[in-house]
Amino acid sequence: MSTLPDSYLVYPQRKAGPDHAHYPAAPLPDRRPIALPGGLKLGLWVVVPLEFFPLNPSGQPFKAPGAMQTPYPDLRHYTTRDYGNRVGAYRLLKLFAKLGVKATFAVQGAVAERYPQLVRDVAAAGHDICAHGWDTDALHHSGLSAAVENRYIADTLSAIETASGRRPTGWISPARAEGFQTPARLAAAGLRWFADWAHDDLPTRFATESGDLTALPLSNELDDWQILIGYSRPEHEWVAQVGDAADWLLDEAARMQSPRLLTLTIRPYVSGLPYRIKPLGDSLAGVLARAGCGCVQPSELTII
Amino acid sequence: MHRDPNLYDFWPYQDRPKIVWPGEKKLAFWVAPNIEFYELNPPINPSRKPWGRPHPDVVPYSARDWGNRVGHWRLMEAMDECGVRGSISLSCAMLDHHPEIIQACVDRNWEFFSHGIYNTRYSYNMTEAQERAVIEDSIKSVMDATGQRIRGYLAPALTHTERTMDLLAEYEFWYSCDLFQDDQPQPMKVKGNNRLISMPYSLEVNDVITYGVYHQSPRAYADALMRHFDQLLEEGAETGTVMCIPLHAYLVGHPHRMGPFREALRYITSHRDDIWVTTAKEIAEFYLANHYDQSLADIQARGCARPGTGFNPAGDAA
Repeated sequence: MSTLPDSYLVYPQRKAGPDHAHYPAAPLPDRRPIALPGGLKLGLWVVVPLEFFPLNPSGQPFKAPGAMQTPYPDLRHYTTRDYGNRVGAYRLLKLFAKLGVKATFAVQGAVAERYPQLVRDVAAAGHDICAHGWDTDALHHSGLSAAVENRYIADTLSAIETASGRRPTGWISPARAEGFQTPARLAAAGLRWFADWAHDDLPTRFATESGDLTALPLSNELDDWQILIGYSRPEHEWVAQVGDAADWLLDEAARMQSPRLLTLTIRPYVSGLPYRIKPLGDSLAGVLARAGCGCVQPSELTII
Repeated sequence: MHRDPNLYDFWPYQDRPKIVWPGEKKLAFWVAPNIEFYELNPPINPSRKPWGRPHPDVVPYSARDWGNRVGHWRLMEAMDECGVRGSISLSCAMLDHHPEIIQACVDRNWEFFSHGIYNTRYSYNMTEAQERAVIEDSIKSVMDATGQRIRGYLAPALTHTERTMDLLAEYEFWYSCDLFQDDQPQPMKVKGNNRLISMPYSLEVNDVITYGVYHQSPRAYADALMRHFDQLLEEGAETGTVMCIPLHAYLVGHPHRMGPFREALRYITSHRDDIWVTTAKEIAEFYLANHYDQSLADIQARGCARPGTGFNPAGDAA
């Protein structure tokens, strides 16, 4: 059995705060109050990923959640994911119109290239659009060369601009995976905010070698995949958990005299199914029926 | 390997031409009992192990045999009570192993479609000749035993090759249940001039998914089935939808699951003024005769049509 070198017990980052230079420690109770438009006490930020799952993924450096599972050709998973872009997304658009919800659709470049009509329909309905990488098999990681990662970013922004007429200013990486250089490359590409990191409940300033980004909060514990698939909970428990989160955050906002954000990722191939759309509607309507709650958009949350 | 199967075109679920099912019905409802045979000691396909443990893996094997001895008869009784004819996803070797089940289904005028020969023989790595043999065996075996010409297919254990859909079209199948991209039928892009459609199979409300993947309770399953139905019925007023309940007697047929399931089936079939309780073959026949051309024209008119056929985006000749 090999042994460890002495350097294994050397701790060069052992000091106050995080072990990187992107943001300092900032305990929640010490924050200055934030402001939301219209005096909202609780802002609901809904994120809808529009993803493309290739039938022949490389699976490198890991297989994205939702990727193909059985031997090629895995028509089962390809078509259940594609259902989201064809059917589920349109069910969501209809629901959002009924409830007055304005969401951020996180669009992958491959979706914009393959299904420009979907992107146009989303934009025409008045929703925000951000970039979500090229596809679920174009994962960002430190093994990518600068040229490849920069091409993923540039191609994605161009494809979305071509389809929607607007160049995105926000980014969520596929599978929220990054390499060490990803934030700096996003900043260098002109992006203003991103939402890969799960380090906070409020927007934070995120320093990179190419300038600062706003890091938007985005829960990785309350989204539809995590609750319904990861934890295998029935839909009514998801509705209850979203309601409990809203109640907690509203109470905290009152106690700490600072608004709070409830962030919710909704996948068309998960929540857009016929048997889940009503619970989703109950969930969103329930949050928005609480006094002081309303939808917010990234442009209202960016701090740099 | 292809990035995209190209078996169907993108077709947004919005402003589609209206489908009205026979009798002015809004939703076509069908039930697909998977009547399967899993072998105790199957040969090994290099791409997939049939059982988790070394053979004989007696508990999962016998649990499936239980479905054919016990569960099937319970499920059939509940379907009889609700007036639902099954569209059977059949491991064709069942014709030999359990003719008593086949006869009971024939007596009820249920439909048969092929789910391969055994659910422990996978399509992966088959030669074209081998895949043809499975299809020809399926057609002939069901014809000999029941007099029915099968028109539908669900690949055994959902295992496919790139040529599966082209072969189904060539052998004059009308529908495949293998694609889960929609709640309405859609023309498939296959070689030759024969028409093949994707039949909505509602995989997400399959009892295997509910119990095996999502680990839900029987009552949660019943609730989901009823909500699924309510939503598709509401949307069916705009343009006709399809709901299937894919079942496996070895799962749904247990005493703790049958009660809630039967409640859901009673609820759904109590809406006969609005729904067409039918079989997959009848849905396919009606769609091909009345809506296939309309769908193709709409896909074309919207600019959604892309060239080529399945796994053949360039449209090269065979």
